[in-house]
Amino acid sequence: MSSLAAGSYGIDISGTPAIPFGRLFRVELRKSVNTRAGRWLVGITVGAALLAETIFLIVAAAKNLDSAYGDFVAAAAFTSSFLLPIIGIMLVSSEWSQRTAMTTFTLEPHRMRIVWAKMLAGMSLTAFVIAFALMVGLVCNLLFAVIQGQSPDWTFGWSGFFGFLINQTFAMLGGFALACLFLNTPASIVVYVVYKYVVPTLLGIGSALMVWFSHFAPWIDFQAAQAELYDMPLTGSQWGHLIVSGFIWLVVPLGVGLWRIRHAEVK
Amino acid sequence: MTVLAETPLNVTGTRKIAFERLVRVELRKLADTRAGRWLLISVAALTALVLVIQLWVVVAQDLQVDFSDFLLAMNTPMGILLPVLGVMSVTSEWSQRTAMVTFALEPSRLRVVAAKLVSVLVVSVGALAVGLLLGALAQLLYGVLSGNELVWGSAGTLAFNYLVSWVLGMVTGFAYGALLLNSAAGIVVYFVYSFVLPIPFAIGAQLMDWFDHLRPWIDFSFAQGPLLQGSLTGSEWAHLATSGLIWLVLPLVVGIWRINRAEVK
Amino acid sequence: MIKVEGLTRAYGSFIAVDHISFECRQGRVTGFLGPNGAGKTTTMRVMVGLTPPTAGDVTIGGLHYADIPNPGRHVGVLLDASAQHEGRTGREVLEIGARTMGLPSSRIDEMLDLVSLDAREAKRRVRNYSLGMRQRLGIAHALLGDPSVLILDEPANGLDPAGIRWMRGLLKGYADRGGTVFLSSHLLHEVEQIADEMILIGNGKIVARGTRDELLRGATGGATTTLVTSLDNDHLAGALEEKGHEVHPAGGGLRVTAEPVEVGRVAAEKQIVLTDLRAGHEGGLEELFLELTADTQREHDVVPTGEPSA
Repeated sequence: MSSLAAGSYGIDISGTPAIPFGRLFRVELRKSVNTRAGRWLVGITVGAALLAETIFLIVAAAKNLDSAYGDFVAAAAFTSSFLLPIIGIMLVSSEWSQRTAMTTFTLEPHRMRIVWAKMLAGMSLTAFVIAFALMVGLVCNLLFAVIQGQSPDWTFGWSGFFGFLINQTFAMLGGFALACLFLNTPASIVVYVVYKYVVPTLLGIGSALMVWFSHFAPWIDFQAAQAELYDMPLTGSQWGHLIVSGFIWLVVPLGVGLWRIRHAEVK
Repeated sequence: MTVLAETPLNVTGTRKIAFERLVRVELRKLADTRAGRWLLISVAALTALVLVIQLWVVVAQDLQVDFSDFLLAMNTPMGILLPVLGVMSVTSEWSQRTAMVTFALEPSRLRVVAAKLVSVLVVSVGALAVGLLLGALAQLLYGVLSGNELVWGSAGTLAFNYLVSWVLGMVTGFAYGALLLNSAAGIVVYFVYSFVLPIPFAIGAQLMDWFDHLRPWIDFSFAQGPLLQGSLTGSEWAHLATSGLIWLVLPLVVGIWRINRAEVK
Repeated sequence: MIKVEGLTRAYGSFIAVDHISFECRQGRVTGFLGPNGAGKTTTMRVMVGLTPPTAGDVTIGGLHYADIPNPGRHVGVLLDASAQHEGRTGREVLEIGARTMGLPSSRIDEMLDLVSLDAREAKRRVRNYSLGMRQRLGIAHALLGDPSVLILDEPANGLDPAGIRWMRGLLKGYADRGGTVFLSSHLLHEVEQIADEMILIGNGKIVARGTRDELLRGATGGATTTLVTSLDNDHLAGALEEKGHEVHPAGGGLRVTAEPVEVGRVAAEKQIVLTDLRAGHEGGLEELFLELTADTQREHDVVPTGEPSA
């Protein structure tokens, strides 16, 4: 049936364009912070970064440590890399635990558009947290210089910046991908923690015990591969490690998760 | 008064709900949902998987191991997942809103909380039994496959210590669940406490001597470390007790107080 | 406007909706009636693309739901009023909907006003809403985009009698202005008074459809019945039977297979004082509903077979 005939038969859709992607994105961004849980999460992420910086500043000043801008940013990154994935997880899983997916997907039946809008919202929150970390790091670095009575050391560099950016984005996306896969908050959090903290340890033990495994491990250790990002530029094999391990831990769960969301019966 | 008094509710024939019945019900509730069942299955399956991998590696590499090594390996899945079960045993009542039914059937909330705590202890004991069985099986297989002599070490002490460690883990999870009454928040806080917090503690201890001395008294995960090694000295027990007061007893008390006071919705 | 053709949805071997076809017309309220678990909700979920059908097709105004651009502007949907984020305020729920659909904030106030949620209530979190308030919020959300089609699953659920009356007026007016309303219920009297057309479903199959009168005519086999009560029912019953009418006792009176005027005439002839005389539709629809869905009801009258199973 042509759309013209359809219009004359029932509803006239000539005046309604599809929902622009920008609008979906803005709504998803709003949804991530308009609940108490969401606001707390972003608040705690920012607060924890601030706390980590402050403690680091006090310790560095007290112990007279050689500290540069990069070190201050790293202190903030330490906490946010743990909490950003939780933000990524909640973006997806809260729709299912709170059953709002029913409303979301009736207002926009093209589910993948919603998922992309959510992913972009997650990236925006990541960018916000990164910008915040960079800013607080800058202030702390200046304070440190004043306290120490020396000129600030701005060692950080673009490679460090990009490494930081990619690292944090991957952290958020890792949580996002697992949430798409499990569509359940607790399961996603547990598996994320296992993948971030336990798997690297096990891989390390394996590598220490077996030589053949130590050659193989970098290809599946996504955390180690990401650590290299701080020392850009990467070598060819380092890129290889990053791509292969990223494929295993990021692309595969995301792919399966998207397929699942697309076909799931929304209850 | 000439008006006939209203017949009071005849409660002579009904006794209070027996505590062990509450415990049995709480145990059942841990396993009769998909989430709970999967969690229990995951614990057992991952423990078995870890042991198989370990067995395979040590035999292939011809390594010398004893029983304590097998126990140490399975502490990884148990130590991570049991506390999650502890968190969920409280929070699922609130996220699924079954607390309304539970507290309507037994209005004395402290009894329910106590029953939940006991059920969590029972699961820890069960986990230990399964773990010891799987560990012993792995050890025997190791003997057969490698031909090495079996070293059991002080298996009794270790078994007891692991039980203490898992019980502490589960109850800590339970405490955070009670404190926050929300699965996601409870699990996140537990993981922050067990994976993230030790890192700044370690860095602090490295940088500052005074902090290094203070650390065992305030870092509960650190204080639990010796449990996995063997028997504890008196001061190590003291560390465990003091840090446990901060990270376990305090949140647990506040959490139970909160459950007792909360409006159940 | 809404066209369901050969719709089937199976869950493994369980068939929730079994090859049903029907149409909802513009400017009319179509009631979807059936006992619990008859397949009403599943059908509605397939309509809006939340559940993929096993077979068959649903179109709204000739389009599949997914092909309607910005569907909230054309189709208002309320499937489960409790499926809202507990941590958002009522107003925020509407705010998100309005923003998604690209509507001004003033529309939110209009809708809150329409469903009588005041500013203070709108600021409360959904967690603290009663079922009736959630239902009102859900109706407000469905009407937000000024749609021409409404799909409502059990909209009267949890509303107080005044609320049910209000909703009835709202939907009636909406259909009179040319809207299409499709609503489900498991309570006959909720639907009976507003639905222009009714579709009865049981066990995933459509068991009857038509207007109220059409259904009733089918129920009584075309014959008219009358309910009558008099000061001397026995005497009246005898007189009516003499004239060849079928008479059954019904409550405190009699059910007669005859026009009310005929019953009145007989009473007048015999000088029997009537205390109540009316056409026997009442209860007819209810009985029809129970009868048609009898196989699918959960409550069965236990009838001893007389033969103990060995």
